[in-house]
Parts: sequence; structure tokens; C-alpha cells
Amino acid sequence: MRHALCAAALAGFIACAATAAGKPADQAAPLGKRLFDYHCASCHGTGIGNPGAAMKPGTDALRVKYGGELPALLSERTDLTPETVAYFVRNGVSVMAPYRKTEIDDAQLAALGTWLSRNNPDLKRR
Amino acid sequence: MPLPPNVSAAQWQEALAAFRAAIGEAWVYTSDEDAGLYRDAYSPVWGEEEERLVSAALAPRTVEEVQAIVRTASRFGIPLFPISTGKNLGYGGSAPNLSGSVIVDLKRMNRVLEVDDRRHFAICEPGVSYFDLYRHIRERNLNVWIDVPDPGWGSVMGNALDHGVGHTWYSYRDHFLSHCGLEVVLPNGELLRTGMGALPGAGTFGDFRYGFGPYVDGLFAQAGFGIVTKMGIHLMPRPEAFLHRRVLVPRRQDIIPLVDIANALEDAGLIGMPLYESPMFHAQFADPALRAIAHAPDVWNGNAIDRYAAEKGMAPWQLGLSFYGPEPVIEASWQHARAKFEKAIPGVRFDDVETLRFPLDEAGEEAVQHKVLTGIPNMNIFAIGARSQTNPEPADGHLLFSPMIARSGEEVLKAQRIFTEGMQDMGVDYPDAYGPFTAPFTWMPRIFALTTGMPVSRTDPAVNKASRETMRKLIELGARHGYGEYRTPPLFQDQVMGTYSFNGNALRRFCETLKDAVDPKGIIAPGRGGFWPRSMRKEG
Repeated sequence: MRHALCAAALAGFIACAATAAGKPADQAAPLGKRLFDYHCASCHGTGIGNPGAAMKPGTDALRVKYGGELPALLSERTDLTPETVAYFVRNGVSVMAPYRKTEIDDAQLAALGTWLSRNNPDLKRR
Repeated sequence: MPLPPNVSAAQWQEALAAFRAAIGEAWVYTSDEDAGLYRDAYSPVWGEEEERLVSAALAPRTVEEVQAIVRTASRFGIPLFPISTGKNLGYGGSAPNLSGSVIVDLKRMNRVLEVDDRRHFAICEPGVSYFDLYRHIRERNLNVWIDVPDPGWGSVMGNALDHGVGHTWYSYRDHFLSHCGLEVVLPNGELLRTGMGALPGAGTFGDFRYGFGPYVDGLFAQAGFGIVTKMGIHLMPRPEAFLHRRVLVPRRQDIIPLVDIANALEDAGLIGMPLYESPMFHAQFADPALRAIAHAPDVWNGNAIDRYAAEKGMAPWQLGLSFYGPEPVIEASWQHARAKFEKAIPGVRFDDVETLRFPLDEAGEEAVQHKVLTGIPNMNIFAIGARSQTNPEPADGHLLFSPMIARSGEEVLKAQRIFTEGMQDMGVDYPDAYGPFTAPFTWMPRIFALTTGMPVSRTDPAVNKASRETMRKLIELGARHGYGEYRTPPLFQDQVMGTYSFNGNALRRFCETLKDAVDPKGIIAPGRGGFWPRSMRKEG
């Protein structure tokens, strides 16, 4: 119940907000997508990095890590699970610091994980 | 997680019950899983005895809840450590100076209280990030810009209170300089407003920073004299246009006139932040010959660098100039600047890097090359340190060493050599180590920061040990030559404060006197800034 209440309150905040880059939020988009745009897209989205960088840092890091075997964009991955997403959000990796529960609470984390794993065929069969 | 120091298990449970009653059970984090999220993600003592761990974290929503937390902490003698968004990575993250402290996480206090685009200020709560404030302004099409640090996820207030910095004009990129008015919960729970906030009904909290009497705002930056719950900040009117032009010089010694001219332009209000870089820094990793030049003992006379520069047509130094304002005015300023450089530096070249006219649409914003120069928050700086083609096995973060050096070319060349040879003597070398291509950062007006980063690891204590030892030696080496840090993680704050040692550490002793008077029990961030209340001082 506690987390559901937190999620409801913060979902309202996200819904009337916009993405981190200042773009208007897509109000019809799922909560997980809006959370991704708000918290993740500034590193893991599309677009250029600083001068000389063709990609944002998280996207480029995953491009180098997987060498083309997996998509560089998290939003295009088909192998993610909510558990994987939760692990990296709460533990961080490399220079990515973990997110605290005042930033992304557990219910929001579940919504983010659901959206990022929406294309995972194994989960669809579950 | 540890208990607060000198608090029994029974007292701790009683205090937690009081915290829960004050702010609600949902916002009191005590489990290892939850409180562990407040560890410094870039800690150079990760998993070691010296790591500063928290006992719990509290997330209040209102000023009244912050006051209740402080009064409860005072009753039980529990040290608190406030964070705004806790993104002070490289300088301590969200971890306290004293293990067992309770974090007061102000992220939920996230309202933009006011933005005035006629008088050009904003008033924010601690949890407002640069992304949040930017979005607020953009959604309302307000006629103001913000000045942003490299990562946009941090707190506008927290950054200013840590003497954080940005990238535009002099008067905006020193974020503490541009703040105007604070609201503070004092260690006894009382509420203070500074500047015009102290005058009921004034309506000029965000306009005039001094009010009357002593200017006490400085006590609440890099120090534990209170928990700041509201801050005003001056904003820049949105300019009509932006020009970014680049000056490239052919010789190493040209850094001297380059800096002199840039200083004159900036101090006259003609340019924003000068952006110094050496194209040879990245080039040395692609060309072993240049890397060898950089490591040769006689590199400091500049001859080999100048020969390489002439052969390859590569500038040893480049300077980015940012102009903001009406297009004819800034074009004239650029022509004025260009003439100055042409007259002083034979062989100087110029690039037209970028010309922008505002407002930009969404695609235009995304296409801006170096977004922080135009106040657009982003996270692109994380490319430094993240996995990439040239950094396939990244570290888990970095420890930042930021000595302040005088703003002259001569001093850059001198400090480069001192720190490079110092690191060589220490036997350390990694890509960001000091060398002849280390360029000064100009985030802070009227001073250079010759910043470097050392790797940290969450799995290899040997990496952390080496970085800690290097850091301590660099602090000592810098101080011996008059270079002091402007900001450092808690682990090194006592040492850095110790280097500001004029007249028997009079500065530290004065801070201790104030701490003893205002917060004798050490309730608010004891040790922050490198000074402690009497009860916690080593000799106490």
C-alpha cells in the first residue's frame, strides 16, 4: 500500500511534467515510458553527446559493450526483464550511480521495468 | 548499517519512532537495502572501514517536517547530514563526514516556487533539479535562461551550496554568487531567512541578497550550520543569439597572451566562459609519437610540441569564446576579440563553431553542440569515464582533485609541470593524469581549476588505495605551491581545511568557534567543511 501511494503521487507529477530534455511529455504514453524519458533518456536515449560524440554516453557505452550483438538503445532491447532493470537502477553500473527510492520508488521501478521489457518474447509467454 | 555514535539501541528505536511520527513511516528508511542507497557511489573507500555509512535516511516533504527532524535529532544527539538530490559525485556523493549520521534527503521538497522573467530570478526548494527548473521555464515560455553544471540531474540549490559552477556569464556560472536569499532550519529547529527574506512582506527575496547587517549566507555553504530549505537564484534574460568561436594558436607559449586577452574580454563583460582545451590531449592517445613527446623530460621547454604542431598543423591550445546577446552586438564583440588575438599572436587561426538564434525548437535544441554553454541541462559529461571505444574497461567512478591556480598562462605552465612531475614521482599514470596538455577549467570566474580525476572501484580496493594516496599527496603538493582545493570529498576535507593554515589555522579555528556557538552538539553535518564541534574534535 505504501508504495502504491507513493507511485500514485509521483505518477501525477510525471504525468503533468515533461521529459528531462524539456520536451512536452506524451501524456498518452505508459507510465514506464514517461519514467524512462524523465530519468533515463538523457543518457540512454537517442541524440548526440558533447562535441565529438555521436551518441549519448549510456547509449554509446552499451554500443561498445555489446559490439552490435544487442541494440545500443535500451528502449529497443528485447532481452530485458523487470528484474534486470531493477538491479541496474538500484545498484548502478560503472559511472552510473544507483537511484534512491525518493527518486524512483518501487512501484515506479516496476512500471519502468515493465515498459523496458515489453518486447521480451520470453516474458510475453509467461 | 551503523547506529549513530553515542546512541544506545533503545534510544535509537525511540528516535526512529519520533521521526516516523513526524514525517510518516513511509519516509523513514532504515533497512540496509534502502539506507545503502545513500552510500557514496564513487567512494574511494568502498567496503572498507573508513567508508562513511549512514544509520538511516529521512525524506521530509515540508519545512515543518525538517524542523521536527532537527528537534528530534537534537533531543537524542543524533548527527544529521542533509542532501538536496545527493549528486555530488566525485566530491562525496550523498555520504556524510561522520559514519552513523542520519541523511535528511530533501528530494521530495521539489517545488519551483517562483520564476520572475521580468526581474530575472527563481526561488526553488532543494529537490528541484536543473532539468526540473529548465522544464518549468520552457513549458511557460519564460524569458529567462538558467546556468547549468555539466550533469543536469543535480539540485539547483545543492550545487550552489557546494560552490558548484556552470558555463555561461561570470555572474551566473558561479552558482553561489548568483544565489539570492536562503531559508534555513537552524540546529535548534528555528527558521531563519537571510537577505530580504528577513523583512516580513518585502517581496524582494530573490532580488537583493544583502538585506541589512552581516552577510551570513556563506556559513550555509560547504558547512553544517543549518539545513537550507529554500533558495533564490538570479537568472539570465534569454539572449537573442549565441556565437561560439574558436581561437587556435600555433605554439605552446601562446597560452600566455591567449589567457591575457581572454581575461580582459571576460572581465569587461564581452564574453561568457572561456573554454580552454588542448587538441593534443586526445591526439596523444592516437599517436605514440605525441605521447612520447608528452612524457619526455624536456617537454617543458615546448620545442618538441611546437615542432609537432607545425608539422601536423595541430594547435597546442584552443580557446572557445561564447558571446550572448543581440546578434549585431555580439558579432561586433567577436570582431573586436578577433583583432586582439590577431595582433598579439602570430599565426593564430579561428573557427566559426556555432551560431544560434533563440528561441530554438525541439530539434534545434537537440542539435546544439555543447549544450551547457547555452543553459540546456543534459548528462553528456558522463561520456568522461563511461565505457567507450577509447575506454573499453571503465572505472566505477572518479575522485576529483580541483586545485585553484592563478588565471595566467605562466601559472598554467608552471602548475602543469609541478603536478605532472609530482605524479611521475608518485609512480602513477593513467589517461587523465596531469601532463603538458592538461588545460585549465574556467567554471569559477577569475580563477583556474586544474582539475584531474582518479579512478575508483567497487571491486578492487587496490585501485582505491592508490587513488587515495595520490589524492593526499596531490593536496599536500598543491598546498606547498599555494594551490588549494575549492571542493573535496568528506574523506579529505580535514586535510584540505588544514592546508588553509594562515596564522595557525585561524580560519578553521574561527569556524570551530562558530560551530561551538551555533551547533555545540554537532547535530548538522559535523565535520562538513573540515571543522568539528568541540565534543568531536580530536583534541576534545
